[in-house]
Amino acid sequence: MPLAKQISDTKKKFITMPVGSGGKATKTFINTLLLPRFANARLNVLGDGALLDTSGDRLAFTTDSFVVSPLIFPGGSIGDLAVNGTLNDLAACGAKPLALSLSLILEEGLSLVVLEEVLDSIQAALNKAGVEIVTGDTKVVEKGKADGCYINTSGIGIVHQNSRNLGPKNISVGDDIIVTGPIGDHGTAIMLERGNLGIEADVKSDTVALAEPLGALMDQYGLSLHAMRDPTRGGLATVLNEMAESSNVGIEIDESQVPVRDEVRAVADLLGIDPLYIASEGRMVIFVNPEETENIVKILKSYPESENMAVIGKAVAEHPGFVLQNTSFGGQRIIDLLTGDPLPRIC
Amino acid sequence: MKYVDEYREQTKAAALSEKIREITPLDSHYKIMEICGGHTHTIYKYGIESYLPDNIHLVHGPGCPVCVIPLGRVDDAIAISLQDVIFTCFGDMIRVPGNKRSLGDAKAQGADVRIVYSPLDALHIAEQNPSRQVVFLAIGFETTAPATAIALKRAKAMRISNFSVFCNHVTIIPPLVAILDSENVEIDAFIGPGHVAAVTGSRIFAQITETYATPVVVSGFEPLDVLQSVYMLVKQFHEGVRKVENQYSRVVSYGGNPVALRVMEETMEVRPYFEWRGLGTISNSGLKINSEYADFDAENRFSIPGTEVKEPRACQCGQVLQGKIKPYECKVFGKACTPEKPIGTCMVSAEGACAAYYNYGRFMEINAKLVKSTK
Repeated sequence: MPLAKQISDTKKKFITMPVGSGGKATKTFINTLLLPRFANARLNVLGDGALLDTSGDRLAFTTDSFVVSPLIFPGGSIGDLAVNGTLNDLAACGAKPLALSLSLILEEGLSLVVLEEVLDSIQAALNKAGVEIVTGDTKVVEKGKADGCYINTSGIGIVHQNSRNLGPKNISVGDDIIVTGPIGDHGTAIMLERGNLGIEADVKSDTVALAEPLGALMDQYGLSLHAMRDPTRGGLATVLNEMAESSNVGIEIDESQVPVRDEVRAVADLLGIDPLYIASEGRMVIFVNPEETENIVKILKSYPESENMAVIGKAVAEHPGFVLQNTSFGGQRIIDLLTGDPLPRIC
Repeated sequence: MKYVDEYREQTKAAALSEKIREITPLDSHYKIMEICGGHTHTIYKYGIESYLPDNIHLVHGPGCPVCVIPLGRVDDAIAISLQDVIFTCFGDMIRVPGNKRSLGDAKAQGADVRIVYSPLDALHIAEQNPSRQVVFLAIGFETTAPATAIALKRAKAMRISNFSVFCNHVTIIPPLVAILDSENVEIDAFIGPGHVAAVTGSRIFAQITETYATPVVVSGFEPLDVLQSVYMLVKQFHEGVRKVENQYSRVVSYGGNPVALRVMEETMEVRPYFEWRGLGTISNSGLKINSEYADFDAENRFSIPGTEVKEPRACQCGQVLQGKIKPYECKVFGKACTPEKPIGTCMVSAEGACAAYYNYGRFMEINAKLVKSTK
């Protein structure tokens, strides 16, 4: 059937790109297509991973798929991204990784040189974190049916005994909000690497596992950590909106306190994109008991992967469910969920 | 960021705000229209209105290029994209709804629609794909038209025969005249579009001040630029003068950019009439590719339905674009029409008045509600 005819025959019954954006369309997709079919108490929380009760230890279980293009980019590859992403989701559940799974979907004709580089980076990320892949799967599809390589990783971790205050429901008014480093590096690096912008800037992906600093926090101040989530797709703005909505507090952040590298700000400014919506892959947003903020900051600053952390705002009683930003210009504005997809396939 | 942060300083804004209040008489109301969508975005993003006295009203003009594209032209673009071509456009155009669907929908169903940041990127794609037809969807005012003109000239010089342009460029003065001529519109002054003026020069606004005695200050896009422009306009009222002034002198000259004007002249001509979203048909307001470059005109190369589509009845984009109502006064604003599911184009582009207001301005609404609920 000619394309024009096909389109006029269907009434939008197809997946469009924004469904994968992490923004509003993703939320609608989850709420209308996935939850009605798969709802259960553990899934409905929509956290970074599920908490499983066992006889003794509590387990955290999480899964994530990676479709980034290009496969290799400054600061990393789809391989270490896939490992670090899942490790960070476990960390966000307050869990120490126990084991990972690895599923590869490869396109016929993918260069072995590229694949080996990806596999090497997986190995390096695993070694760094001291975690093993204990199960896996590989599929190959015909040329043209995938874009080089897609990866799924799942992870199981043991939940720290100090994590019982962790989860958006435990966010309370007055909590300080911390981000563990400058935001937007990963998304910007990918944009630049795609090379069709005619902009050159020295920006590397921030992909890194945060198990060490977050593990130390758990050990010492775990009961003062109220919620954690990593600002990947949709960026910091999306995570804050999710948190505001599921905890029903208001959130206020100060533009001047949000760490953004000059290079990232400049690229975002040129393209008309707000850095608050650009993905990071090695950052965590943490809601903490304000009485312990100072001590928590000290610990984070002592690890290289979180030394550039910042306290960016607070949970407030006003405007529950909404995120507001005090601009450095002295105004206030709403930070809404992302609409559309400025940048598809970044992770 | 050096050379940018200087234009976003809060203390300077407060000082300007004070100066504006000093010379604004309490008993008068001024309606100032910012013509360009870039200014609308700045006004909401930085909360400029909170720096102004209540009797200065900012209304949003027709200068967002995405917002003024009529539904029929979107459908025409989709029709071209379905003719086995590589169809290139700016990212904002992907989500703009036509009568039934957008270019993004066409892409999801297999049309090869690609986002480019410049017409030269589209030309480059044509060079790399000699066996495919590559079409660039050209939109925008005098700001973007010169880049299209340069792509046309290069295509001709390099004999890239698989490249063509679907031209929807428009010019800035005719819609302003149409707004000033229409009934029930009282615009006291214009904040002039800095980037258009970088090409045309500030001189083109002289006819507005001469014919309608309406002052124009050509403005930059940082928050202090806009505040200073408002100050310059209020100062004109205060001193009883009506003239064109140039706040954006670091970019804009009186005569404009002669090279840009020349390449436009060499490749394009004025259409006798062109339809504008919400404003209707305006004489001499659009640009088409001239006969010398007709080979590169997508309207000659592809079958184009030339669709005429009535605007959705509920949509009040037209009144928003003429400054007759504020975005939130539209019946469907924030309810049936949101950035996620736009009915009117003003809700699609980040520069559209409705999207800007939806994203940044609703804070005022929330606050108003909070005040109400605590009473």
